[in-house]
Amino acid sequence: MIRLVPRSEAAPLWQIATPILAVLATMITGGILFAIMGYDPVAAIRTIFWDPLFGQASAYSRPQLLVKAAPLILIASGLAVGFRAGIWNIGAEGQYIIGGICGAAVALAAYPGEHWWLFPAMVAAGALGGWAWGMIPAMLRNWAGASEILVSLMLVYVAQKVAAWMAFGPMKNPEGFGFPGSRNLQQYPSASNPELIAGTGAHWGVVAAALAVLAIWVLMSRHIRGLHIRASGLAPRAARFAGVRPETLVAFCLGLSGSLAGMAGLFEVAGPAGQITESFGSGYGFTAIIVAFLGRLNPLGILLAGLLLALTYIGGELAQLTMQLPAATVQVFQGMLLFFLLGFDLLTRFRVERRVAA
Amino acid sequence: MIDLSTFLPILMAASTPILFAALGEMVTERTGVLNLGVEGMMIVGALAGFAMAVATGSPVLGFVAAAVAGAAVSMVFALLTQYLLANQVASGLALTLFGLGLAALFGKTYEGVKAPAMASGPLGLNWVIWLGLLAVPVIWWFLNRTRPGLILRGVGENHDAAHGLGHPVRRVRIMAIAFGGAMAGIGGAFISIAIVLQWTEGMTAGAGWIALAIVVFSNWTAPGVLAGAWLFGGVTALQLQLQAGGANVPVQLLSMAPYLATILVLVVISALQKYSRRAGLGAPGSLGQNFHALR
Repeated sequence: MIRLVPRSEAAPLWQIATPILAVLATMITGGILFAIMGYDPVAAIRTIFWDPLFGQASAYSRPQLLVKAAPLILIASGLAVGFRAGIWNIGAEGQYIIGGICGAAVALAAYPGEHWWLFPAMVAAGALGGWAWGMIPAMLRNWAGASEILVSLMLVYVAQKVAAWMAFGPMKNPEGFGFPGSRNLQQYPSASNPELIAGTGAHWGVVAAALAVLAIWVLMSRHIRGLHIRASGLAPRAARFAGVRPETLVAFCLGLSGSLAGMAGLFEVAGPAGQITESFGSGYGFTAIIVAFLGRLNPLGILLAGLLLALTYIGGELAQLTMQLPAATVQVFQGMLLFFLLGFDLLTRFRVERRVAA
Repeated sequence: MIDLSTFLPILMAASTPILFAALGEMVTERTGVLNLGVEGMMIVGALAGFAMAVATGSPVLGFVAAAVAGAAVSMVFALLTQYLLANQVASGLALTLFGLGLAALFGKTYEGVKAPAMASGPLGLNWVIWLGLLAVPVIWWFLNRTRPGLILRGVGENHDAAHGLGHPVRRVRIMAIAFGGAMAGIGGAFISIAIVLQWTEGMTAGAGWIALAIVVFSNWTAPGVLAGAWLFGGVTALQLQLQAGGANVPVQLLSMAPYLATILVLVVISALQKYSRRAGLGAPGSLGQNFHALR
């Protein structure tokens, strides 16, 4: 008989080992899935995880790594703060979309003037838009006790409709020959978010993501608010007796993750995406949830996890081109990764013992 | 502008997927398990049901396959939360993300295929609609008037006490999770086989999440779920009629209505539950907590 004995503290070794185990298990299960679907499993895994970095087309795909990782890391580092406190913002996708729309609105209002202050103003508008969209579930939870999980998620669908409305209505490019979608901000120098160092893929979003990781690390390990957040996650009642107000934390965590997601949306619309379209939301907000868990809600871990998940995006695209692998493969991979991670997490919280017959 | 002879059938059709999924989730939650994977189980059911209906030409077999597929994917959630003691919120989210991906992956070949025709039942309504309505009193009776129903509620209210009385907490919960998965699968299949009549990626469009909100709205009762599903169906039907009637509002804004209505309803009910003196039944006592028997 096997029995599980709860550990008094999470095992440090397993904390590092479980994400690695989960990635390996995902690769093996994914390989089996590919074999069932009639693809060469070894070639498929190599195309997704190895070729983007070291293969023939790596000169093109390597810069893409930072482009894809930046929004994931930016969003995930905000989400992780809330997850630590047991506050579940799963609507980052919506905050990302609204942030992008608000930032683009500032640029489109100033068009075609060239101003030095335009891009900073757009970043502020993006952060503010995401913050406001995140504050809706926060306020509704604080005032009415409504589940922030369900409200933030519903608001994703609302945000997608707002994006569609903007693309077909108020933000439609007047010189776009009737096609839906806003003006392309990449062609508007003051508002664009270009590659800062040629060949690296690094735009302002990458800088912001690096700063966010650093700031979240300071917040969680050096600031009293970080202590309150960790305490509320581990022992909510004890934290309340110590004077931590849950309402304040709800507003702080949803506001913080909302504004970071909004900023990610702005960097995307001013850079890689270029314009607001009906399908502006590209799923970064949901993948960031996986990034946060894979990184064990720890800033450094999120950095690595964000790069890995960005790799699966690029590798997935490559496999689509070279092996005709369906696009949804990456989504399945990401879902499996989270399953394995949550499963293996048992080992950090429990000791597995053989029960001795009494 | 509202024509009742078309409004009511649309209401009944639009509320049925939510009704099935929310009834299943309500039973699951009554055992103390919060499964946020409803959306994922629905989309898997939508695809499995559609594929089976197309392959055999029989919508009935399609719904059976959808129930089996929904229950099958829910077992991943059961394994994670009941045996590996993983966080229920995260595991449910994982199930949704995985289900959406899985359905998109295997659904590619079904794009553009048409579903076989379904025979309509009494009053011109699909027989699955009637089945959903029948499920409401049956589930109410099971939960409130039978011994297994009592045990199920006991497990959800206080799993330690239920365990102390010798009831199999884990087994009850796994069976409830499977039931929730099967019901979500049927709900999803209703969208693909009976409403849209074809397969498109992400076609459940948040119906699973709306079902989760309806469970809160219902105060964890079967009649409450029916009321919530009809409310949702009414808003959807109204919105569609306004679109068809050429209302002077952009289509994109009108189609927000079901989601906004869900938020509104959720807020009102949550506030009532929070501030009312005589809190009714409310959420099950052990909702969202994992059970680990040390002895």
